[in-house]
Amino acid sequence: MSTVYMAAGDIPTPHIEYGRLAPVLIVLGAACVGVLVEALAPRAQRYGLQVLVSVVGLVAAFAWTIALGIGDQPHHVAAMGAVGVDGPTLFIQGTILVLALMSMLLIAERTNGDSPFTAQASTVPGSPEERESLVAGLVQTEIYPLVLFAVGGMLIFPAANDLLTMFVALEVMSLPLYLLCGLARRRRLLSQEAAVKYFLLGAFSSAFFLYGTALLYGFAGSVRLSDIAAAISKQGGTEPLLLAGVALLSVGLLFKMGAAPFQAWKPDVYQGAPTALTALMASCTLVAAVGGVLRVFYVGLETLRWDWRPMMWAVAILTMLVGAIVAITQTDVKRMLAYSSIAHGGFLLTGVIATNKAGLSSTLFYLAAYGFTTVGAFAVITMVRDAGGEAGHLSRWAGLGKRQPLVAGTFAFFLLAFAGIPLTSGFTGKFAVFQAAMAGGAMPLVIVGVVSSAIAAFFYVRVIVLMFFSEPLADGPSVAFSPTTAAAVAVGAFVTLVLGVIPGPALHLAQSAANQLFVR
Amino acid sequence: MTGHYLVLSAILFTIGGIGVLIRRNAIVVFMCVELMLNATNLAFVSFARMHGSLDGQIIAFFVMVVAAAEVVVGLAIIMTIFRSRKSSSVDDANLLKY
Repeated sequence: MSTVYMAAGDIPTPHIEYGRLAPVLIVLGAACVGVLVEALAPRAQRYGLQVLVSVVGLVAAFAWTIALGIGDQPHHVAAMGAVGVDGPTLFIQGTILVLALMSMLLIAERTNGDSPFTAQASTVPGSPEERESLVAGLVQTEIYPLVLFAVGGMLIFPAANDLLTMFVALEVMSLPLYLLCGLARRRRLLSQEAAVKYFLLGAFSSAFFLYGTALLYGFAGSVRLSDIAAAISKQGGTEPLLLAGVALLSVGLLFKMGAAPFQAWKPDVYQGAPTALTALMASCTLVAAVGGVLRVFYVGLETLRWDWRPMMWAVAILTMLVGAIVAITQTDVKRMLAYSSIAHGGFLLTGVIATNKAGLSSTLFYLAAYGFTTVGAFAVITMVRDAGGEAGHLSRWAGLGKRQPLVAGTFAFFLLAFAGIPLTSGFTGKFAVFQAAMAGGAMPLVIVGVVSSAIAAFFYVRVIVLMFFSEPLADGPSVAFSPTTAAAVAVGAFVTLVLGVIPGPALHLAQSAANQLFVR
Repeated sequence: MTGHYLVLSAILFTIGGIGVLIRRNAIVVFMCVELMLNATNLAFVSFARMHGSLDGQIIAFFVMVVAAAEVVVGLAIIMTIFRSRKSSSVDDANLLKY
């Protein structure tokens, strides 16, 4: 029996490259400042201070990411190899930061003093205390540090070069999101139910992720992705320990990005959560999750790709079809977009499966394009309101195009981008991903992708027809205009159009980011 | 010898997984998740012994800290839904479906 002896002096001081980790550290630092503001600042000033801290933190982190990107060719490891700072990671982190800023416009929105979040989360829905807290005009400003912690986790997740860092990042990103899901101002029972479902399923899936990590640690003797890759090429890829570990790890990863058959949480959570937060989850969390999937499968399991490819083929096909087919029967706008997001997860997986440079760069481009369109679409949903809050049911959107042509037209444009109509970013993204998959020899996947795009186009167009060609309801929803939401919609629409009409610069950026693949 | 611990950890993990799927009380479901995390800890420590490295034992500490954070968030969420519904059964939470 081997015994481990280690004297205290044997443990070397870790060397941390603070400059390379700065974007993550700035966001997490801003979150800590936010907690202090919550504790020390008077109640009346908290909202302004929190928004200021969040925006400054996100902008500073984005600026630093750009600086890292245009400095010397980024291809380094930091923090003793635990975090990778390379082209694809910086691209993903920059995308997450911009999308988080856009979502922040929705989160910080206050039409007539109403925040989209509950006045006091501890009050029971429908109770006198809740009414009192609403009348008193309380606001739950803790949401800002929580969002920043979640964004910090999202930044580490795709950068993590070992599975332990990745697990911690997964939890740092998920735990605040579980809480935030339950904090909607209206329809609070739905919101709380979404939080419980997301939490229980999320915790379940992270247990799978962790057990997979344990098995891979048993196989390779290390949780570092590069060590696992080296162990696979040395020992061959048929060990049961390895295959079981990869399977369990994939369950955890695919759950986070909502790929079928682990997609069940997505519609419930997207529908129940406050829409501003749904925008954050549908864009940033998806980008981070796909970034993590890319890193694990491109770095750690690259040498095993002939073993995981059949499984990922099945998952991608199932995801595309389930997302597109089930979305047809939906009657709630947010739920429909949730299924659409599942289908888009499938399209992204076709890019992942290609495991070549084109696959990586097209997936990166798709992530950015899809993220902007999604935030824009959810921003439109927050504007269309009934007396009791947002008009969720699709029948309430009938004839919106005749009363509010601009809002309905923008929403129609986003839907066409989701469907992948030319001159929108959706078309360019899908074209790039399918081209990469075809070059990688995945022709059947491309066929399924095109077929499910066609199925999906049906329900997108159905909403457009409903908005423009049916009679407006007498008591139809009104459009609540707020400058911040309008800004988010405008940015989303502008980027969707630009990436569709002149995709060259963005595609080139994604290609140069993917040029050296991930650092090991 | 360490193989026995791995078998035990797999059994505990399975019990936890089945518990999550069949139990109705949110608290019990959550306890089953914790059982799964602890099974993972056992696996990490056994593998650390097997490889003669300390990594696995250190990872177990990380897992404990994360599990503690998860308890805080989880119980808060379950408490909120219990206060508004007077029930913590996961079957009663059925407003969102299809």
